[in-house]
Amino acid sequence: MRRRSRALALVVGLAVVAPLAACAGEGSGTPKLIWYINPDDGGQAAIAKECTEQAGGAYKLEVSVLPRDASAQREQLARRLAAADSSIDIMSLDPPFIPEMAEPGFLAPVPDDVAERVSKDVVAGALAGATWNDKLVTVPFWANTQLLWYRKSVAAAAGLDPSKTPVTWDQIMTAAKDQDKYLAVQGTKAESLTVWINALVASAGGQIIENPEAPADEITLGLDSPAGEAAATIIGTIGKENLGGPGLPTEDEGASLSVFQGDKGSFMVNWPFVWSATKAGVEDGTFPQALLDDFGWALYPQVTADQESAPPYGGINLGIGAYSKHVDLAFQAAECIVTPEHQATYFATNGNPPSNTTAYDDPAVKEAFPMADVIRESLELAAPRPQTPYYNEVSTGLQQTWHPPSSVNPGTTPKESTDLITAVLRGEQLL
Amino acid sequence: MSTASAGAGAVRAQVPSGAPPDLRDAAAKAGRSDRAKSEARLGWLLAGPAFVVMLSVTLYPIIQAFFDSLYHYRLTAPDDKRWAGLSNYAVVLTDPIFWQALGVTLFITVITVVCELILGFALALVMHGAIKSLRGLLRTAILVPYGIITVVSAFAWFYAFDINSGFINHWFAWVPGISEDLNWFASQGTSLVVIIMSEIWKTTPFISLLLLAGLSQVPTELEEAAEVDGATWWQRLTRVVLPNMKAAIMVAVLFRTLDAFRIFDNVFIMTNGANGTEVLSLLTYRTSIGRLEIGLGSALSVLLFLCVILICWIAIKLFKVDLAGGARGAS
Repeated sequence: MRRRSRALALVVGLAVVAPLAACAGEGSGTPKLIWYINPDDGGQAAIAKECTEQAGGAYKLEVSVLPRDASAQREQLARRLAAADSSIDIMSLDPPFIPEMAEPGFLAPVPDDVAERVSKDVVAGALAGATWNDKLVTVPFWANTQLLWYRKSVAAAAGLDPSKTPVTWDQIMTAAKDQDKYLAVQGTKAESLTVWINALVASAGGQIIENPEAPADEITLGLDSPAGEAAATIIGTIGKENLGGPGLPTEDEGASLSVFQGDKGSFMVNWPFVWSATKAGVEDGTFPQALLDDFGWALYPQVTADQESAPPYGGINLGIGAYSKHVDLAFQAAECIVTPEHQATYFATNGNPPSNTTAYDDPAVKEAFPMADVIRESLELAAPRPQTPYYNEVSTGLQQTWHPPSSVNPGTTPKESTDLITAVLRGEQLL
Repeated sequence: MSTASAGAGAVRAQVPSGAPPDLRDAAAKAGRSDRAKSEARLGWLLAGPAFVVMLSVTLYPIIQAFFDSLYHYRLTAPDDKRWAGLSNYAVVLTDPIFWQALGVTLFITVITVVCELILGFALALVMHGAIKSLRGLLRTAILVPYGIITVVSAFAWFYAFDINSGFINHWFAWVPGISEDLNWFASQGTSLVVIIMSEIWKTTPFISLLLLAGLSQVPTELEEAAEVDGATWWQRLTRVVLPNMKAAIMVAVLFRTLDAFRIFDNVFIMTNGANGTEVLSLLTYRTSIGRLEIGLGSALSVLLFLCVILICWIAIKLFKVDLAGGARGAS
């Protein structure tokens, strides 16, 4: 009995000591950097592997996957950084959430020499999205934008050629109505609705927040304006006249693509993933080649004929955790990740467009995405969503008041959302 | 534990009920036998660790939440933390969003509990009356939905009713009001119908299991006697069976009401609170976790907790739910 107890004590002792010994070994070898990434098709993991090899033992870069939803990524990172989590070395950040992370000092300041190098040849929209209080706070990685996708057959029947002449929302709404087709837009109560509202307001020459860097209780909104009314007119008309079909109130980017690929598809605003997704569908036999041949693309629709559109801007920038034990190495790794070569490969393999303009010259990019030049042009015109530490309140407030699209009224909705968001930011109302 | 309590109770019973409390306690203490004392000590030793763990994982967060609710505190602005007093509660209680969420929560709670009680009782009767060889299979089949994780069941229901991927519209297009173009999650009424149906499907087995336990406690002699006296099936059910399983029914109703009142998963997955389907738990989650407003979110959590306490109080004090009796009936 006593022998058995001793054996048990030995096993328990080893079980306690062994992990501690493993921890001790970890500190003495190559520093391990953890890069928290948004889910993708394995492109970021491949880049991490290459950078580890190129570092020649200076660091070992490993990836850890964040939740699929952008707001869930923000929630996890914000909560861990608020608790001074030192295991976050590098993180893939959605641009709208960058000010919220930068303001309380959760992001390590970008050294001037690094900032200079990583800003070179970067598209304007991506630089704006990586900046807070006039300082670059993250490293631009990939930059996304929405295009107008159209079925060539439908556009031709409606007498439109968006690839030659920019089209307006009125034109595509009329075309869809006349041809008895559906417009594929994102009307679900989610971030994609904010993306749409912001693009429409910016395309009409306005902005959702007039002073995004102000404290919460001093922020003023620019929605109750002609630009806000123009945006509400477009969304309200599409909703009320059923131009988006019955699925509009729950339609996200994926559902939009399904509508566009279907018999009633006509025009769609969406990110470039729609091209690679449809191409993959054709390759595995889900869709006929004729569908892909019928795909056309152009710059985002204009609100008025005389003013260029301001397409949505998205993408991912790299933030370095302020509590990381290896900040210098993390910046080194970030510079490796965002080289134009890596960005070009990432675009060709994962469908996420580069923020660096030189990456667009890569032949692999042009082969995988024939519309690469339009994407690059769109990125130069793109308008980021409001850059404020209170972005979540602004975005959720918009979604509360502009959903469902059929309820949007140009006379009342912009004012309602202004009142709600202002009261919420002042702490006087729930959201 | 129960023996020790019963022993102490027996000693207390010998002291006149009109005697002062101190005297009664002293008499009880003095009258305790060594065995009763050691049993009580053993009881505390056995239950003590669990009690301490319970305190640390429930009482501590409750106190912390109450403390946080008295501050203006945002997780991403830790330096701006400042005393708020009860102003967070004032903001919540004067906001129509809170009252609407409370209304929707109560509506879902009442409808689901009533439907589940009726369906659960019917299922319990079927299980109780089934022949022995079929009993195991029947109970397993009825319990399957309850064994499914709520998030998984919520997704299954969501995809079944979704306008793009769902099959319900296609299968039931012949039913008046349902067509291929019906978007179930685009309006409050239809969204709530799906949420409530999913909730009922998922948790009716739980109620039926509790009621089955209560049903098996009803002495068969009573039913047989009533039958001999010429009572109909309905009379036997309402005059003999139901009164004898009242404790089990009330415990089932209380447990399910508390559970239904805290509904979260189904709403979160299916509508995320869109179209007026926001419930209290979701509002609390969005405020604390989504907005990272710890102060305001904690005030909501405390109010949600108080609502749950109120439901317990109403059930135990007003409806006289005997938790111990019900638990014995349910075991």
